[in-house]
Amino acid sequence: MLSKRVIPCLDVEHGRVVKGTRFVDLRDAGDPVALASRYDREGADELVFLDIAASVKRRRTVVDLARRVAESLSIPFCVGGGIGSVDLAAAILRAGADKIAINTAAVRRPALIGEIAGRAGSQAAVLAIDAKKRSDGGYEVVVEGGRTSTGLDAIEWARRGVAAGAGEILLTSIDRDGTRDGFDLELTARVADAVRVPVIASGGAGSASDFVELFTTTGSDAGLAASIFHSGEVVVSDLKRALAGRGVRVRPSAEAA
Amino acid sequence: MIAMVDYGVGNLASLYAALRRAGAEDVRITRSHVDILAANAVVLPGVGRFGHCASELRRLGLDVMLRAAHDRGIPLLGLCVGMQLFFDDSEEDPGTPGLGLCRGRVRRLSGDVRVPHTGWNQVRIVRPHPWLAGVRDEAYFYFVHSYSVDPIDERAIVATVEHGGAVTAAVGSPGTLGLQFHPEKSGAMGISVLRSFVRATAG
Repeated sequence: MLSKRVIPCLDVEHGRVVKGTRFVDLRDAGDPVALASRYDREGADELVFLDIAASVKRRRTVVDLARRVAESLSIPFCVGGGIGSVDLAAAILRAGADKIAINTAAVRRPALIGEIAGRAGSQAAVLAIDAKKRSDGGYEVVVEGGRTSTGLDAIEWARRGVAAGAGEILLTSIDRDGTRDGFDLELTARVADAVRVPVIASGGAGSASDFVELFTTTGSDAGLAASIFHSGEVVVSDLKRALAGRGVRVRPSAEAA
Repeated sequence: MIAMVDYGVGNLASLYAALRRAGAEDVRITRSHVDILAANAVVLPGVGRFGHCASELRRLGLDVMLRAAHDRGIPLLGLCVGMQLFFDDSEEDPGTPGLGLCRGRVRRLSGDVRVPHTGWNQVRIVRPHPWLAGVRDEAYFYFVHSYSVDPIDERAIVATVEHGGAVTAAVGSPGTLGLQFHPEKSGAMGISVLRSFVRATAG
């Protein structure tokens, strides 16, 4: 049976990891390649790199990042952040990335999803959705880090994205992001029930038990987190053991070493 | 020399790095007919749509070369859609034939499961193959696909994986192996498969 995935997320800017990490033994904790290899050894199932810089040099640095990561990593990785053209997506994939996450650009121009899927396959087209709870209980799609509302219903947008060719949904609860209050289970369950492609839940992970809850109560396939892994509060290998102990099927970290 | 077939499809950078990590000293990313027939072994990657992959191979004349290499007994490793291309055709693009090296069809995954089948799943070895000798039964490998192969001759199936029923994870015969999963993305387990392949086909 398919296992549930644990996915550390690395924010990068100009080719460097932005948030500090616990790995004092890494000579260069800001080096995305060193950090990625570390998570690989700990049993991470996949990695996501989010380029948070809005730079004219972005194109070169993000392609270069993908190339350097692919040279040393032997697990899949996804690159996202400001990718607005199929040509840039294709260049990043050619450099060795497996998937491209698109967010704001897909809201502005939904055809981009199909263009990437058409060029590289839908498995490479990940629709990243940032969702915020509405006062009526529904969820709205927001962009630009949650600052801008779109009027789109998150569940409906997920359905449309899949119909347009997205092979996976990366779903972030903007309300939970950074709170460590746990994943938004209701949002995740609604989206996971609405589409047949895999759903990666993101935003709010604070402990191993949040991942246990995510996987035992929703249909999501993967949980993504950043700061709890970087700070060392949660170690991927410990998390995998905790999940296995609660009956969640995971790839044992021992197989990664 | 290991020839990695470059027909504009697949994650060539990752595959190249993984083959090097697995001990291959001379890997050539190539679409040269001469290279393919001179190689100790050929790797056929593939990702995306079956029809696009098959027609690109044909456009570059590589379908003929791959069949010739196969006829000459040059070891051949097909990965993901590269493996699906061994077969006659696919439900994904019925009008575009594959290489016809193996008899059978490629079918869409069915059952009450998520498609694409994305992530790490346990592979059950059902028949020994020398390039999978180092793989213990039920080891995890990384999959990402919406279609799977259905060989007419069941004895071609080397390994299966459970996703809405038993799905073919590997097909093979002596000197040929097709893997539905991505060894280049399957961590240490994947590298060990590539290492067996590299050793078995070294010069």
